[in-house]
Amino acid sequence: MRASRPHGDPQMNIVACVKRVPVTEAQAVVAASGTSLDPSGYQYMLSFYDEIAVEEAVKTKERLGGEVTVLTLGPAESSKELRECLAKGADKAMVLADPTWGERDALATAKILAAQLKSMGAELVFCGRTATDRDNSAVGQMVATLLGWACVTEVSGLELGEGKGTAKRETESGIETLEFPLPAVITCNKGLNEPRYAGLKGIMAAKKKPIEEVAFEAPANQAAAVKMELPAPRKEGRIVGQGVDAVGPLIEALRNEAQVL
Amino acid sequence: MATIVVFVEHANGSARRASLEVLGAAAATGNAVCAVVSDPDAGAVAASLGAFGANKVVHLTGPTAYSPDGTAADVASVVQSAGATVCLASATSAGKDLMPRVAALLDSTPLTDCTGFEMAGDKATAVRPVLAGKAFATVESSSPVFCATLRPNAFKAAEGGGTAEVVEQAAGSDRKVTVVSVAAKEGGKLDVKEAPIVVSGGRGLKEPENFALIEALAAAFGDAAVGASRAVVDAGWRPHAEQVGQTGKVVAPTLYIAVGISGAIQHLAGMRTSKVIVAINKDEAAPIFKVADYGIVGDAMEVVPALTEAVKAARNGQ
Repeated sequence: MRASRPHGDPQMNIVACVKRVPVTEAQAVVAASGTSLDPSGYQYMLSFYDEIAVEEAVKTKERLGGEVTVLTLGPAESSKELRECLAKGADKAMVLADPTWGERDALATAKILAAQLKSMGAELVFCGRTATDRDNSAVGQMVATLLGWACVTEVSGLELGEGKGTAKRETESGIETLEFPLPAVITCNKGLNEPRYAGLKGIMAAKKKPIEEVAFEAPANQAAAVKMELPAPRKEGRIVGQGVDAVGPLIEALRNEAQVL
Repeated sequence: MATIVVFVEHANGSARRASLEVLGAAAATGNAVCAVVSDPDAGAVAASLGAFGANKVVHLTGPTAYSPDGTAADVASVVQSAGATVCLASATSAGKDLMPRVAALLDSTPLTDCTGFEMAGDKATAVRPVLAGKAFATVESSSPVFCATLRPNAFKAAEGGGTAEVVEQAAGSDRKVTVVSVAAKEGGKLDVKEAPIVVSGGRGLKEPENFALIEALAAAFGDAAVGASRAVVDAGWRPHAEQVGQTGKVVAPTLYIAVGISGAIQHLAGMRTSKVIVAINKDEAAPIFKVADYGIVGDAMEVVPALTEAVKAARNGQ
């Protein structure tokens, strides 16, 4: 079995699945359709947690050997974000170019990625714990489930051994330690590593690394937004006062007006 | 009538409040509710769920160590044998981890962290945030099973329900990932996502040591969690688990107190659905005051200790 390949074998096939998302400063404006957001004027970035996934993939390669592919389902323009990943040490990139990526639901995305990962012989997959556009936190687990692989989510500590690994994740109750066999999908949380900056050397090297566009068969979406709305404006608040003198009036308001104390 | 399967989490011998809220949301639709509880030691939890809206409880017994993939397979099999068309859990760490796996096994697509859930006849609809709550989408799905996790603190637990039949079922033996240990949080600290009150601090506290003031205020409330802005988490003052905002946790407590937090758009997205918001900031023009119900303009170092004493007095019924 590929996954039980010993330490240090230079062929370990590592994949980081990433997504291009609007920058976190982006404002939400409802599109004319009323069922989606208007993307005009958006600047894009690699989803915050995906940067951690790419870093972990590159670190794993540096430690254990192998090759890192960055894989995305998204618009053809994602090549800008992919080039950054290549500059940070990934070896090659693949785009599943999808003009309707904005509507693609989690199951359809997971099916497309799982088929691609299988065909490319992936053994260890890193994803961000969530993409900061649709915040669904689902695709990593679903890819693993469809492939029959192990998956640990929201990982903030990782050790890999021969054919298996140990991961830590923080929950409401504390820090869980989990054991898992390879092949596996790991979804990465903040704290797992500090993503590196691309140096000039990396940026130059990235220019020669391949970005391949791959065709795929798209299953139908099951979920669809039927309405998109901005949050209701909060009712007008008030300044209860300045400094320590305002504490009394605040307690009064919390107790009698808001009734939360 | 449709059947809704609800995965119920438990800790320290009782069901999590967040799970009871999901049972409440399911029961409120008027459909049949089948709760699933995992862990051989959870017999008392299973027996308690009728009072919170469950009509039936499946108690999974078997290996003690929790396995996310193993439990997902168990939940999916309960959904299938119950003929359920809806499967819900809370959007906690475990729920968000589990539901996409369950959905994948049922050839369905999951909807995460929903703030709205309703059913008209057999048709379920959910409302969920996008861009961390800068917008909300109403979502329908043609999935064979409508799979969703519901945001903690966004739904009401049902009370005064009846009793439910408890059925024991052996958990499946195919488990890839297993939890081998859990290092419990010190002093049973509440998580920001679940706590009914959150007291958050930011740069305005000037030094990491000054978070002691935030901790003291949270302790005065008793049922409050400590939160933090991204700036202080990135500066290494506070752990990431406490970060509220677009690249941290999105919270909806009854009371959110922002201390020394200016209110970047990413932070506001993460807390603006809180029921009551209090802001304490030196800068009168800080954007946090635009979403706050009550504001105090002043130095956190002076205001917070005074507020802590006042909360203690209020909690002691004075």
